[in-house]
Amino acid sequence: MKKLLLAATAAALLAGTWLAPAQAEYLKEHRGGTIRLLARSAAGTLDPHINYTDQGWQMYQPIYDGLVAFRKAEGMDGFTIVPDLAEALPQVSNDGKTFTFKLRKGIKFSSGQDLGVKDVVASFQRIFKVSGPTSGTFYAGIVGADKCLADTKSCTLEGGVVGDEAAGTITINITKPDAELLYKLALPHAVVLPADTPAEDMGSKPIPSTGAYMISAFDPNKGMTVSRNPNFKQWSEEAQPDGYPDVVQYDFGLSEEAAVTAIQNGEADWMFDALPSDRLGELGSKSMDQLHISPLSAWWYAPLNNRLAPFDNEKARQAVAYAIDRNTLVKLFGGKVLASPVCQVLPPDFPGHEDYCPFTKNPGAKWSAPDLDKAKQLVEDSGTKGQKVTIIVEDTAISRSIGVYLQSVLTSIGYVADVKPISSNIQFTYIQNTNNKVQMSVTQWYKDYPAASDFLNILFSCASFREGSDASINIAGFCDKEIDAKMQKALDLGVTDQKAADKMWAEIDRQVTDKAPAVGLFTPKRLDFVSKRLGNFKFNRQFNWMITQSWVQ
Amino acid sequence: MSNVAVAAPRKTRGPWAVAFAKLATDGAAMASLAVFLLIVLACLSAPLYAKWAGVDPFASTLDAVIQIDGADVPVMEQSTEGLGLGYTPLGPTWRLGNYFLGADSQGRDVMARMLYGGLSSLLISGAATIFTLILGTAAGLIAGYFGGVTDTVLSRFLDILWAFPIYLLAISLSIVTIAHGITIGPIQIESGSLWLPVIIIGIVYVPYVARPIRGQVLALRKSEFVLAAINLGVPGWRILWRDILPNVTTTLIVFVPLMMALNMLTESALSFLSIGVQPPAASWGTIIQDGQALLYTRPLVALVPGLAIAVSVMALNVFGDGLRDALDPRSKVRLGRD
Repeated sequence: MKKLLLAATAAALLAGTWLAPAQAEYLKEHRGGTIRLLARSAAGTLDPHINYTDQGWQMYQPIYDGLVAFRKAEGMDGFTIVPDLAEALPQVSNDGKTFTFKLRKGIKFSSGQDLGVKDVVASFQRIFKVSGPTSGTFYAGIVGADKCLADTKSCTLEGGVVGDEAAGTITINITKPDAELLYKLALPHAVVLPADTPAEDMGSKPIPSTGAYMISAFDPNKGMTVSRNPNFKQWSEEAQPDGYPDVVQYDFGLSEEAAVTAIQNGEADWMFDALPSDRLGELGSKSMDQLHISPLSAWWYAPLNNRLAPFDNEKARQAVAYAIDRNTLVKLFGGKVLASPVCQVLPPDFPGHEDYCPFTKNPGAKWSAPDLDKAKQLVEDSGTKGQKVTIIVEDTAISRSIGVYLQSVLTSIGYVADVKPISSNIQFTYIQNTNNKVQMSVTQWYKDYPAASDFLNILFSCASFREGSDASINIAGFCDKEIDAKMQKALDLGVTDQKAADKMWAEIDRQVTDKAPAVGLFTPKRLDFVSKRLGNFKFNRQFNWMITQSWVQ
Repeated sequence: MSNVAVAAPRKTRGPWAVAFAKLATDGAAMASLAVFLLIVLACLSAPLYAKWAGVDPFASTLDAVIQIDGADVPVMEQSTEGLGLGYTPLGPTWRLGNYFLGADSQGRDVMARMLYGGLSSLLISGAATIFTLILGTAAGLIAGYFGGVTDTVLSRFLDILWAFPIYLLAISLSIVTIAHGITIGPIQIESGSLWLPVIIIGIVYVPYVARPIRGQVLALRKSEFVLAAINLGVPGWRILWRDILPNVTTTLIVFVPLMMALNMLTESALSFLSIGVQPPAASWGTIIQDGQALLYTRPLVALVPGLAIAVSVMALNVFGDGLRDALDPRSKVRLGRD
């Protein structure tokens, strides 16, 4: 009996029936008010098919919807895919190459237009028509995508995305099975917009939305106002829950220092940018209850150019990996509470992650201490001692500090090193372009979706390297045919057996780490500082803090 | 023997001696010179200070521990209260040789970096001043003396250069050259070299010197002694070198401290923006940049180099004013002083 009760409880929890009344109660009590957010600057274009920033993606969550969505839940549950505008998860047929979705009825855009099949089909075409940043990667597997990529303006995705108005279904055909397709469909780049949305970057013009909220005003130099969508009726608490505040006011332009003070004074509720390092001690002791520390699926790393001396030599790369004191880097980032040392590519708690660290004093699962003797020996063996190395870092306090530290490490193991901080606006593209002959750099990678391939395949596959391009995300220029073939196998295996595929990814992670195309530095954590009045803070692992699931009254 | 006394020939002092004697009586100028020389001497002692203090001002020393009154004190102190977030660098100890001004965010001795930073700032501003004066004088002399097409081309070029806001031009040049340096034929200046800011700063201020020099040369070109030399068939370069250049020397001397002050400000601004002196090398501008992230907990890291720049620039400007008063006879009238 007890067992039965437990099972029933678990089932109820899974179904979310326990959450619903609680949220309804909370909504009665806390609904309303204006939540004020701060950021140093706007996140770029408002167009969800184009914007590719953490800041933009976080804000889109209560505004736009796709056929499927990441569950609006705390922690790792946020990595689960749930149906959103589709009634249910798709029916998969044709050996995993056809996905059929049935569209929910009765949903309206904030403009008052009814959501229909034609909007879904047009939205998929629009991803290519506006040359979305992931059209050539995430969505390139859709039938007809090759033609759309070649001629964006006349994109029809014929045979790729097929709508049936009468049946209310959308069928997506892909050229080969893709275990990660649903993740890709749940990203903001695949949200559904009205069919008549112009096929151009909408910049500062808000596009009507289906979510609980809509963008009602936007000035990239001042701020953004997000208010309730008058046509919204909650259809799925997991996918698009109703929110607490009536208005989200996102103001731009305040420095981080000023933003902290504004939150302390109760003039704002949250800030997007990282807290200034010299305020951490004070906030960590005096405002503990206003701070939230959450794990991130992210990787700070130092790509080493595998095609340029001295790092075209594997031993030279391994020497750097052995020499770097990750504890020092963690210290520079704010301490152990805010970051953890790493050696490997996949972040902790991520699919395929198995602790592994060969580049430490006592090689094994975890990093313990740098091994300078081994590093110096490897530099000697590689015959690269005395060579010049330039490290390109972002012109921010933390990146500059890391660059200066790495410069002293390289000097200590026998290189002649210098550091160049360059503007954050251009550093990421600068280090990707082989014409700039960057030997070593410091950068970060934040997951797009929870799959090992999003790190390993994107950052280290041969296909991700493009000579002379600003969009060559394989910054290290690493290309190992054997590892590449294995990654392809793991991707294929994921379609039928994700667990076995993750095992394979763990092995690939070890192999890539051993070759040291880049040196893992640390995994950061997110530190959110909120106002005293803000309640119900919930952190989703996919899109960070769920803004409208917090209340301010 | 005659009782008539023969008047001894009156001993007159040369113009330079008069000028220096006059300068020596200018209390403000001399005090400024003393302050500036003191700063120069202190900066020159940077390597000695670092050796004496036993610190490396360019290497990260986050784990360093120093002794204060017999107690071990870490240069980077982790917060132990609450969540234990962040590290705070050691504050000023006010003990020379032992983190006198405290540590920066890399655990480095700020005092040692201040001295090395001053050395960089002085070297760059000094070298840039010489570079500007050489180029500016050459351009001014050639344009003013030869006139015609030469003058038109040179003057328009200087006008174009001057039309750009100084800092915008300097920042643009720095950004272009910061990653790969400059290569002109066999001459290569690497991106981390201190010569890079010297050349950039030197170039942007050329019109500042060349235009007044050109004006002076235009006037001198019509003076009788120059016309006589021309009529006697003396070559142009010789007239420029022997007759005109000596007549603009006082202007050039007055320019030295003023240009140096301007260059020091420009260098600091570029280094503050990460496009001047490159880390881990120090200049007062880079130390202010480092201190910017510590304004709340360790404001001295940014304030001290700011103060050093202000004092140096003020000393140079006051001395420059004194020098101008001493070398320019008209200044007496202009300033209404005896």
